[in-house]
Amino acid sequence: MNPLPHTALAAPVITTQPPQIDYALLAPLLVVFAAGVIGVLVEAFVPRPRRRAVQFTLAALALVAAFVLTVVRVALLPAGGAGLTVASASIAVDRPTLFFQGTILVMAIASLLLIAEHRHGESAFAAQAATVPGSEEERAHVLAGSQHTEVYPLVLFAVLGMLMFPASNDFLTMFIALEVMSLPLYLLCGLARRRRLFSQEAAVKYFLLGAFSSAFFLFGIAMVYGYAGSVNFAVIHDTVAAGGAGALPGGGPLLLLGIALVGVGLLFKVGAVPFHSWKPDVYQGAPTPITALMASGTLVAAFGALLRVFYVAFGGSVAEWRPMMWVVAVLTMVLAAVVAVTQRDIKRLLAYSSVVHAGFVLTAVVAASAEGLAGAMFYLAAYGFTTVGAFAVVTLVRVHEGGAESGDIASWAGLGRTSPVLAGSLALFLLAFAGIPLTSGFIGKFAVFEAAVSAGATPLVVVGVLSSAVTAFFYVRIIVLMFFAEPAEARPRVLRPGRLTGAVIGVGVVATLVLGVFPGPVLDRLSPAPGAGTAEAQSVPGGFATTADLFANR
Amino acid sequence: MDPMNYIVLAAIVFTIGAVGVLVRRNAIIVFMCVELMLNACNLAFVSFARMHGNIEGQVIAFFVMVVAAAEVVVGLAIIMQVFRTRRSASVDDANLLRH
Repeated sequence: MNPLPHTALAAPVITTQPPQIDYALLAPLLVVFAAGVIGVLVEAFVPRPRRRAVQFTLAALALVAAFVLTVVRVALLPAGGAGLTVASASIAVDRPTLFFQGTILVMAIASLLLIAEHRHGESAFAAQAATVPGSEEERAHVLAGSQHTEVYPLVLFAVLGMLMFPASNDFLTMFIALEVMSLPLYLLCGLARRRRLFSQEAAVKYFLLGAFSSAFFLFGIAMVYGYAGSVNFAVIHDTVAAGGAGALPGGGPLLLLGIALVGVGLLFKVGAVPFHSWKPDVYQGAPTPITALMASGTLVAAFGALLRVFYVAFGGSVAEWRPMMWVVAVLTMVLAAVVAVTQRDIKRLLAYSSVVHAGFVLTAVVAASAEGLAGAMFYLAAYGFTTVGAFAVVTLVRVHEGGAESGDIASWAGLGRTSPVLAGSLALFLLAFAGIPLTSGFIGKFAVFEAAVSAGATPLVVVGVLSSAVTAFFYVRIIVLMFFAEPAEARPRVLRPGRLTGAVIGVGVVATLVLGVFPGPVLDRLSPAPGAGTAEAQSVPGGFATTADLFANR
Repeated sequence: MDPMNYIVLAAIVFTIGAVGVLVRRNAIIVFMCVELMLNACNLAFVSFARMHGNIEGQVIAFFVMVVAAAEVVVGLAIIMQVFRTRRSASVDDANLLRH
């Protein structure tokens, strides 16, 4: 074997300093993780009849404690917009991180309430997922009242991944967070109580496509590592900013390939066209409370990670990735809106609506500015509340008492006459999706479009507004159907909302209205302080130092 | 030997895996192709670590192995469940969710 060139033989330098870990800054993650582990032990040691109550209490306490700790951590941050990094700079704790984590935790608590909702001893999950649907064995388990309380620890692990995903400050942590988030969700998707074949099929599709996309993400990371010699975002940022000083000689193409492949992996999780094909199937097949968790928490986490990667790590090569994001944003807004018009199932329709909304947030990503970041954060929080509320409504409309959910939109005709409050809440959520003024959706759209216009992406905003018009058509169609059409022959049975589901719908309605009528306090907090970082911005070409400065990349 | 050759090999293995995912119809084979892609990533990480003279890439390769093992557990559980229901592991048969 020929000897390697001299440079390639450089001995690896191994430093063995113990990492400094500030546990106070990591506390919410640790609390959620500990509760997940204890939840697994509860499965082993607590008697069956008491497990559900114990698991639910544990999970709820952990999520609430994590939220309180997240709010408390705001005080630990240094003044002036900068952030901190923890655990050898692998986790960044800065204002965007805290906002995303707080949002994810609120969405997770709301979804947990839907997950815990029971009716006549039945939850949304299969009595025993290992049994074959329709078999004697399954019937025996249903009659015995078996239930999967493993759902709670799985949700906690998924939430842990979601909390880590937008906080990761290097690609290794981000990849691990992606998998910690996704693996429990693959399992949870396959656990629906009714229509179990759909549910299992959704799990297989989600799993195979998810694993496929994370392989692309990982290969992209390998290419970026090959370029910069590190997976740390700050090092990658500096290498790119220094025009490739310290990078692999001739490694420019590696960076481009890396940006593209990492982009594929993240855009898949976000569900942007052309990587959206899993979303309608998975949203329809999964148990509705899990769909609510995915549509809110996963989307927020994935966009948080996308923003951090493209604003911080690749913040110096905006000119390279902006055309790609342009194309994806336009495709997402146009194709998803057109396909959504033809949908006849409410969960599929909400899935396509989620794809369109991902396109709107992408217009803010394209802006690559501090306003874009603030707009995207507001939009995601507003959309999260609305979508959890909408899926909570979906859980209540059944084919018959104790039957499966009635997803067929045609069967919802006349719902506004039989259950005006429920139909009214759904109408409000749909109006917020459409972006009607006085709802949170309008303010969110205004914020992202404004950011895109001020970054010179006016054509993109024109496409966005046209796409909004198309989506408004099918949201309004449902409202008209509910309130002005004669009730269908086979009317669905609308269940009385339980305390938990009722609370979720109520919170959704209040958040949608409050964020729509009084968005000022939230928007002001998200927007960068005037003057912060501007001096540096002028010294750096393109002014992107402001964006990177908002994240703790040092 | 130039370590860049290993990068080329990794790219070829990755492509074989990706094409396999797209053309094969058995869920188990599709899944094996995904694992092939992950291993191609590992080869790329280790080769780049050698070229850069730091150890980060090798550490990442270990993490990827652990993740791949966890993915096998979850993936096979899901595929088994579907196989027991339908007596088939073909991804073409899974077409209920289509409109």
